[in-house]
Amino acid sequence: MNTLRILRDLLRYNAEFAIGLFLVLIVAAIALCSFFSPYPPMDVYVVPPDVPPSWEHPLGTTSRGQDVFWQLTFAIRNTLLFGIVVAFLSRIISLAVGLISGYKGGWVDRILMSINDTFVVVPLFPILVLFYFIMRDQMTWAMLAIITALLGWAYDARLIRSVAMSLRTREFTRQAVFSGMSTGKIVLQEHLPFVLPIVFSTTMNNINWSIGIEVTLSVLGFTDINTPTIGGMIYWANQHTALVSGIWWWVTFPVLLVIMLFIGLFLLAISMNEYIDPRSRLSRLGGQA
Amino acid sequence: MKAYLAYLSKRLVQFAVVVFVGINITYLVTHMTPINPVEQSISAATSYGATSPEAIEMMRQSLRQLYGLEGTPWEQYVSFWKRVLVGDFGPSLSAFPTPVSQLILRALPWTVGLLLVSTLLTWFLGNLLGGLAGYYRNSRILRAFGVLSMGLHPIPYYVVAFVLLIIFGFLWPVLPISGGATMASDRSNTLAFALDVTVHSILPVLSLMAVGIGGWFMGMRSLVSNIVTEDYVVYAELAGVKRSKIMRSYVMRNALGPQVTGLALQLGAIFNGAIITEQVFGYPGVGSLLISAVHSGDYSLVLGITTVSIVAVSAAVLLIDLLYPLIDPRVEAR
Repeated sequence: MNTLRILRDLLRYNAEFAIGLFLVLIVAAIALCSFFSPYPPMDVYVVPPDVPPSWEHPLGTTSRGQDVFWQLTFAIRNTLLFGIVVAFLSRIISLAVGLISGYKGGWVDRILMSINDTFVVVPLFPILVLFYFIMRDQMTWAMLAIITALLGWAYDARLIRSVAMSLRTREFTRQAVFSGMSTGKIVLQEHLPFVLPIVFSTTMNNINWSIGIEVTLSVLGFTDINTPTIGGMIYWANQHTALVSGIWWWVTFPVLLVIMLFIGLFLLAISMNEYIDPRSRLSRLGGQA
Repeated sequence: MKAYLAYLSKRLVQFAVVVFVGINITYLVTHMTPINPVEQSISAATSYGATSPEAIEMMRQSLRQLYGLEGTPWEQYVSFWKRVLVGDFGPSLSAFPTPVSQLILRALPWTVGLLLVSTLLTWFLGNLLGGLAGYYRNSRILRAFGVLSMGLHPIPYYVVAFVLLIIFGFLWPVLPISGGATMASDRSNTLAFALDVTVHSILPVLSLMAVGIGGWFMGMRSLVSNIVTEDYVVYAELAGVKRSKIMRSYVMRNALGPQVTGLALQLGAIFNGAIITEQVFGYPGVGSLLISAVHSGDYSLVLGITTVSIVAVSAAVLLIDLLYPLIDPRVEAR
């Protein structure tokens, strides 16, 4: 299979990709552990509080009487899922806008791009805070994911548009138009495959971005803090002044795990970017550019 | 000149569109939800303690106007815009009866100062070092710096803030870890006050810079290493032009264009950066104000800050766009 060969090439010639994949797989494995947790994620005082890391509780316990390791498995699962859901939804929007805008050109392009540019520069964070402020208790995890996705597509849409614009002038597009294909068909069947590699690499960046937003909001207590997430764990630790009272394991492990995820996804994104660019791929394989 | 005017008017229109759409989003957000923020805010404010019935009535009146509950939907929309355009967001609920605009004006210089200094320093240092690293590829120090900044880059900035707080708050307490200036400082002694403010800003600025520098560094390094292989650079080298001159006028200048655009986009993300930093270091800026406004249910203050930040960020982007042709003359021709 073609995909398998690309994967093999990347693993063999690209150390960043291998390290990134390794980190992300570890994080994913920890997230999967949540399905075997002996404790329900929402319950507090199920274990003795403030126990430092030990054999019984490998990462210690929190002041709320939760086992840090098992709590962490739920937290990273929700956080990771959040990133994936946001990335998936916003990919759909950015693909639609980017492809149509790039292919159609003219006034369609101008209107779509002025909307696009607005979303690029509007400061999202205060708007998200406003959303939370108005919705309060109705602001669930899923709601936040949808809102974040609606706000986070613009930058990548521009990238996709730039590729679509160059595809429009190519011979095969003209041929497709002459053979009577509809706009939707041309965009979906002819242009989409060329754009997919960029979509993959922007997905990684978008997951990172949305997780960053989620964690930032949660650390301040501006989300549904009862759903365990990485930011939620840091929030509760701050509420109990964990760092000051020496419960360092409560803060350190969630932070370490989310940093692993950030670095892993970041490395995957840059190595894919490099792979897409044929010049740097060749020089990596030892050829002449 | 004519081309620049055309460029100018295009950007000004875009600025107006961005502000218009941004403020409309905040309007929609507050009106699409089934919750009535007026009564919610009133009950939050009254639960804080005894407020006279007249004050509550005045609060309700101004909120109803601001939220636009009077008249038809169109009239509501128009009255909302009227108030926003003159910057009148009514009195703050948590600091009644201080007007919202006054609270924001008091906090704004702190945030703008902190962000301007840290963003510009980060941008300057990141680009300088990245450019050098792209040109002098064999330098060990620059290579080590590259690895360091790449490692720091994906780390959330508030983690760095926490780490700095632990180091300088508990392990080695030499720097103030909280506030924008010493509480009882004498503000008439300008020099001493400025020094005091500077010392207080060191840790917040460091936490913002530590994370930001890597992105500029990597971007500039790859831009420069692409330019270095261009024919005109090779030619200049063969012709014996001094390396430092090639670096300055041939390489760096041509690589700066995309980085300036990046700076404009960075300004859009600036408010996210300040909010937790201000919270962690107890800095008296807009971020801290926003957080306390949310926690005390102060609707008019939250709305005011959101609107001001949309306008401020769009204006900053506009400013960068207008300066852009001065750096890169090719832009004007577009």
